[in-house]
Amino acid sequence: MSTLSVAIWRGQESGRYQKFEVPRLASQTVLDVVTFIQRELDPTLAYRYSCRVGMCGSCAMTVNGRARWTCRTHVDSVAQGGRLEISPLRNLPVVRDLVTDMTPFFDKWARARGRFQGGATRRDDFARVAPGSPARMLADAGIECIGCGVCYSSCDVVAWNPDYLGPAALNRAWTLVNDARDTGNRARLAAVAGDAGCHACHTHMSCTERCPKQISPTAAIAGLKRATALAALRGELSDE
Amino acid sequence: MGDERLNVRAQVLLWTAQRASGAVLALCVVVHLVTIIYAVRNGLSAAEVLGRTRASIGWAAFYSVFVLAAAVHAPIGLRSVLSETLNWRGAGLDITVTALALALALWGLRAVYAVFI
Repeated sequence: MSTLSVAIWRGQESGRYQKFEVPRLASQTVLDVVTFIQRELDPTLAYRYSCRVGMCGSCAMTVNGRARWTCRTHVDSVAQGGRLEISPLRNLPVVRDLVTDMTPFFDKWARARGRFQGGATRRDDFARVAPGSPARMLADAGIECIGCGVCYSSCDVVAWNPDYLGPAALNRAWTLVNDARDTGNRARLAAVAGDAGCHACHTHMSCTERCPKQISPTAAIAGLKRATALAALRGELSDE
Repeated sequence: MGDERLNVRAQVLLWTAQRASGAVLALCVVVHLVTIIYAVRNGLSAAEVLGRTRASIGWAAFYSVFVLAAAVHAPIGLRSVLSETLNWRGAGLDITVTALALALALWGLRAVYAVFI
């Protein structure tokens, strides 16, 4: 049976790569490899996963230098020369081994006012939003984000500017800006604008290239730049 | 120097000013390059160039716009570069790039004036 040569990050911010030989199997995913190592070779290895089918967004890691969702990444597509190097996501604190602390990532969703804020009561009728309306289509384009952190980990601006909200939080805010039912957009636009918000984006598009759900946070950020610039010119943008 | 940040509206207006000045610069650079190529290919001497620019309101106006667009555009970009590479934020950075903007405008307009009179 052929084997894979796998180097796995062990430790926290400082640590080292540990090498393992893992049996090569047909249709094997990177998550299968990590799971094999933990179950068969070293039970102390820490990693995180849940659904295994690309829905929960918990298994993202850096695989051969790129952030990827490991449950849907086949070894065939990434293991050049039968080698894998797996490390935790970049731009996030490392808890241990392959597990990152996602707190800063999700705190930024809250800072970007990524929570739906409705204005209707139970006595109001359902909002009727035409599926083909431009705003609904813009919201649809970004709504399937699973919060895996691949975009955040791939973003140069996050690395250079730790306050930057990042692609996922801004993408979430843009879906709400285009939600006809949401009433919180004045404060949301102020929250996502400026040096730590959408205007920090340099349009490198790493987020868009690497998003496993084929979402374009870059397009969402461009939309936010336009919306916030218009609000600023109208004098409707102010700090809380 | 303190860590006082510009308010968010000012930050967005800076970004907007950089975009707008970038659009102006794109046009100015094209006109400037065509002018240089014309001057070189036709072998204009310095005296002949000055003969065209002296007392010319049109050239003075064009290059004044060029200088002012550059004075707006470059310091805002440098503000981002310094902030990201040196982790420098706050009032000290904003004062520094404002001083650079004023210096660029002053030096540029002085050059425009020199070929106008």
